[in-house]
Amino acid sequence: MPPPTETPTIYALSTAPGRAGVAVIRVSGPRASQVLALMTRPRPKPRIASARTFIHPIDSRPLDRGLVIWFPGPKSFTGEDVVELMLHGGRAVVASLVEALASIHGFRLAEPGEFARRAFDNGKIDLAEAEGLADLIDAETEAQRRQALRQAIGGLSALVESWRATLLDALALTEAAIDFSDEADVSDQSIAQARASVESLEAAIRHHLDDANRGEILRDGFRVTLAGPPNVGKSSLLNALARRPAAIVSEEAGTTRDVIEVRLDLGGYPVLLSDTAGIRQTELRVEQEGIRRTLEAARAADLILWLVDPGAPEIQLPPDLVPVSDRVLLVRNKADLIKTGAPPALPDDSVLVSAKTGQGLDDLTARLAAIAKDRLDDRGLPAALTNARQRALVADTHHHLCVFLEGNPHEPELRAEDLRRAAHALGRLTGRIDVEDILGQIFSRFCIGK
Amino acid sequence: MSPVNTLSPAQHTPALNTYDVIVVGGGHAGTEAAAAAARMGASTVLVTHRFATIGEMSCNPAIGGLGKGHLVREVDALDGLMGRVADAAGIQFRLLNRSKGPAVQGPRAQADRKLYRQAMQSAIRATPGLTVVEGAVHDLIVENGRVSGLKLEDGRELRAAAVVLTTGTFLNGLIHLGETRTPAGRHGEAPAKGLSERLYNSGLAMGRLKTGTPARLDGRTIAWDRLASQPGDDPPVPFSFLTTAITTPQIACGVTETTPETHRIIRENLSRSPMYSGQIESVGPRYCPSIEDKVVRFEQRETHQIFLEPEGLDDPTVYPNGISTSLPAEVQEAFIRTIPGLEQVTILRPGYAIEYDTIDPRELESTLEVKRLPGLFLAGQINGTTGYEEAAAQGIVAGINAALAAGGGHRTFVLSRSDAYIGVMIDDLVTRGVTEPYRMFTSRAEFRLKLRADNADQRLTPLGRAIGCVGPERETAFSARMATLDAGRAVLDRLTLTPNEAANAGLVINHDGRRRSAFELMAFPDITFDRLAAIWPELNAIAPAIAAQIETDARYAAYVRRQEEDVAALKRDEAIAIPAGFDFAAIQSLSNEVRQKLTQHQPRTLAHAARIDGMTPAGLTLLLAAVKKAAKAAAPARLNRA
Repeated sequence: MPPPTETPTIYALSTAPGRAGVAVIRVSGPRASQVLALMTRPRPKPRIASARTFIHPIDSRPLDRGLVIWFPGPKSFTGEDVVELMLHGGRAVVASLVEALASIHGFRLAEPGEFARRAFDNGKIDLAEAEGLADLIDAETEAQRRQALRQAIGGLSALVESWRATLLDALALTEAAIDFSDEADVSDQSIAQARASVESLEAAIRHHLDDANRGEILRDGFRVTLAGPPNVGKSSLLNALARRPAAIVSEEAGTTRDVIEVRLDLGGYPVLLSDTAGIRQTELRVEQEGIRRTLEAARAADLILWLVDPGAPEIQLPPDLVPVSDRVLLVRNKADLIKTGAPPALPDDSVLVSAKTGQGLDDLTARLAAIAKDRLDDRGLPAALTNARQRALVADTHHHLCVFLEGNPHEPELRAEDLRRAAHALGRLTGRIDVEDILGQIFSRFCIGK
Repeated sequence: MSPVNTLSPAQHTPALNTYDVIVVGGGHAGTEAAAAAARMGASTVLVTHRFATIGEMSCNPAIGGLGKGHLVREVDALDGLMGRVADAAGIQFRLLNRSKGPAVQGPRAQADRKLYRQAMQSAIRATPGLTVVEGAVHDLIVENGRVSGLKLEDGRELRAAAVVLTTGTFLNGLIHLGETRTPAGRHGEAPAKGLSERLYNSGLAMGRLKTGTPARLDGRTIAWDRLASQPGDDPPVPFSFLTTAITTPQIACGVTETTPETHRIIRENLSRSPMYSGQIESVGPRYCPSIEDKVVRFEQRETHQIFLEPEGLDDPTVYPNGISTSLPAEVQEAFIRTIPGLEQVTILRPGYAIEYDTIDPRELESTLEVKRLPGLFLAGQINGTTGYEEAAAQGIVAGINAALAAGGGHRTFVLSRSDAYIGVMIDDLVTRGVTEPYRMFTSRAEFRLKLRADNADQRLTPLGRAIGCVGPERETAFSARMATLDAGRAVLDRLTLTPNEAANAGLVINHDGRRRSAFELMAFPDITFDRLAAIWPELNAIAPAIAAQIETDARYAAYVRRQEEDVAALKRDEAIAIPAGFDFAAIQSLSNEVRQKLTQHQPRTLAHAARIDGMTPAGLTLLLAAVKKAAKAAAPARLNRA
C-alpha cells in the first residue's frame, strides 16, 4: 500500500456513461504513470497520442485497443501526472478498464468534480475559471457554450485581473503618497492620479453591472411566461412551441394551475418557456393561488407573452403587469378562427398565431429569438458576470469605489482602506491581493530612496 | 576592560558568571533586548566590543519616520529606551504626513550622534540588574541541543538560560568601496568569524543582502548660504509618552540636489561600481537605492534631491541623505563636487556598500527564538531587517522572551498583527522571510487605522504591564493619561444633540431624528473638536493632546468597526495552534506544492499558514481539519496521563 500521506491517484470515466463510439477514462495523481508501466506497454512519449493494447495489470489479459496520452505534471489539466485512455465506448469495455484501474494500489474512483478541484488546488485554474468549466459542461445552447468557454479559458478572470491591476495601481499611488510623502518624487498629485484611474474603473465596473444581468440570464435561460385570460390557448401554444406535449391541454377554462416550464433553444439562446393559469376574477381558492403564482412568475420573467383571442376588442393588462409592460409581447392566438378575408388590424407589434394549425409560429419563434438575442448578445463586451456570487462581489467592489470617490482626498489612509476593500472583493472572485504587490508597484514607478 | 564600564561582572553578578540572559551586541537591538530582559527581572549581561560604542548610529543620524516612528512609539509603550534616548538627542523633530490623517503620521528626528550614544549609555548604566561585559564572542555553548551560554575570545565563559544575538551585519560581511573589498562588520570593527561558523554549521537557512551608506562630508566646507534649508517643527513632537518637552537645541538641515553633470560622472564610472561590475550579486533594498541605481533606473530624471543632515551640534560631520554609493573614493569626490553647495566640500569618509549574510527569519519562532537552537534568540539586521527602529523593536521582543524562557515558565510574548506594527513586522519575518532588507511601512499594517503612533501606549502598555516589562514610572504616567482620556471621552459621550439642535448650532448632519453624542458628531469630516468646544465651553477643559486623540478615535470609528470582523477572524486563526513537529506531509489531498511549503515553513498557527506565499484557501481548510483531528486524537491521551 502507498504511505497514508500520499495523495490518492484518482480515475474516472470522463465521458457520459452508456453505449458510445469512444469513451475516455482520465487518471490523475502521483501514481498515474503506473498505468503506463502496467497497462499500456511500451511506455508512450509525453503528450503524444499512442495506439496501445490495454492489458490488465494483474494477469496481462488484453482489455481493449485504443489511444493513450501521457501528461506528466505539472503540465496537465490537474497539475498532477495525468493519463488519458481513449477506448471503445461499450459498457463491458469501460467496466473492464475501470475494474483494472481499481486493482492498482493507491488508486481510487474520483469523486464528482474532483479533477477540477485538484486543478483549482494546484493553481491551474482560478475560481471563475472553475465556474466557467462547470457551466461549459452544462451548456445546452450555442450562446451558453460561447459564454462558458470564454469564462473557462479565463475571459472573466482576465477582465477581473485587469480591473485589479488598475486598482492595484491606484492603491500603490495612494500608499506612495502616504509612505513616501517625504520623497521628492512622490507628491499629492499621485492621489489625484489615483482618483482619475478609480473614476474610469468605477465607470467600467458600473457599465458591467448595468448589463441587465445578461450573463446570468444566458447561463440560466431567458425566461418567457405565457399569460392571459383563461381559455385563450396558452397551453396549446406552449405545446406547439415545444413540439411535444408538456402541459395539460384542455378546452375547459382554468385547468392549468401549476407553472409548467419547457426549455427551448432559439437561435442558440436558451429560452425557458412557462405556462400559467388564466387570469380572471374567480371565487375558487385554488384558482386564486394559481393567479398569484401567475402574476409572480410573470413579473419575474424576462418576457411576458400576453395571449388574447384574435377578436378581442380592447386589450387591457392586469394592473399588476402594467409596470412591466415594456417586457410584454402581445400574441393573438387562434388565428384559425378568423374567417377568410382580411385579418383584423393588429395593434403595434403584436403577433398573430394559431397553436392549432401552426400558422405564425415561425414568426413568433423568430421574434422570441430576436428579443433574446437583443437582450443577451454580448455586444463585444469581453466577459459577463454569470452568477450571483460574481455579481455580488463586483457590486461590493463598485460600492467601495464609490465611497472612495465621495470621500475626503485629504484622508488618504481612509481612501486606501476603501481601495483595499474593493480589491479584496475582486480578489475573492479569482485570487488575492498582497502588500508586496503594492510595494512592488510603488518601487517600479517612483524613484524612492534618500 | 574599559574604565567606563563600572558594572563589571565581578562586582555585580552571581557566582561563576551565570546569568539569566546574555545579550550579544550593543546596537539598537541589543540595548533594547538587554534593558527589557533586565526590566523583566532577569539578571542580564550585555556583551559588546566596547562600552563606548553602545548606542552608535552607524548609518544615518535619524530616528523614526513613516512606519518607523510607530515602532519607536511601540517600543516606548513597552517601556523601551529608544524613544526617550531619541528625545534627549534629537536636534530636529518633524512629524511627517502632518497634512494627512493621524494614522499615517510618523514622528521623526535627526539626532546628535554623540548625544544619542551618551543618552543610551547612561540609560544602560541606570538599568538595575544589567551588567555590561566588554569582549569579543568566540562561540556559543550548546548542551543537549540547547544554547546555554557563550565563550569569549579571552577564554571567559558566560552561562545563561537564554542568549540573544544582535550582531548586525557581522556574518560574512564584505565592504565594497570601488574595486576594493574588505571583510568587515560595521566601520572599523572586526567581523566575528568564530561565532559565524557555529551558525553556518547549524543547518540554518541563510540569505545574503546588501546595504549602502553615503560619504560623510565636512560641514565647514559646505556653502550653506546658497542652499535651501528645512527647519524642524515648532514645537517639536517628542517620541516618548514620558517626555514632556524637548530641551536639546534644534537646528535646520540643508537641501540640495544632483545635477546632469553628477549623473554623467556616475554613468561614466558605472563599471567601477561593484554592483554594476557584477562584484555584488546580493539583493539590496528597493527603497533606499544607491545613487548609481537611481541614475540607471530613472534615466529620464535630471536631478535627485539630497538632504544635508548635520550629525551633531558640535560635530562638523554631515550626512548627505540620498547619495549612498560604492563607487571608488575619487569618483565619489568628483560627482559630489558637481552638486550645488558642495563644490568645495571635503569628504571625511567615502561611502561604501556592505554585503552580509542573514539568517532566514523563517527559522525563528514568533518569540524570535531559533527553532533549531532553543535558548538562542536573534534580533535586528541578522534577521534580514534594516533600520534602527526595526532592530530595537525586535530587540525588545527578544529580550522579553529570553527573560520569560530563562524564568522557566511557558509564557511567551507575541504581539498580533492587530495589536502592533511590531506584531506585523515579526509575523512578516517569520512567515514570509525576506528577499531584500526589510523595513517598516505603514502600508504593511492592514489594521493601520487602529495601530496609530498616538495610541501606542493604550495598545501596548497594558500588555507590557501584564508580562512585567513596564517600570513604575511608566505605570504611573500611563494610568494618569488613561484616566484623563477616559474622563474626556465620558464628557464627549455625555453631551448630545438632536439633528435640529445641531442644525441650530451650524452643524450639518443627516436629519434622521437620531440624537448624537459629541463623540459621534466628530465622525463627520467637517465637525472638529474645536467646533464642538464652541458649542459646549466645558470641552475646553480637556487637554489638547487628549482632545486630539479622542477626535481621531471618532473619525476612524466607522472604519475600525468594520475591521473588527477581520481582526476577530485573525485572532481566531491565531488561536488555532499547530503543534511543533506536526506532520504536514500526512495531510490527505493537499497539493504537493502547498504541502512542501508547509513542511518548509512549519507554521505554528493557522494564521501563520494563511500568510505563507502561495497558500490556497482550499489548502487552509484541509490543514484546519487535520489540525483539529490531531487535537482530538491527542486529547484522550493527555487525560490518561493525568
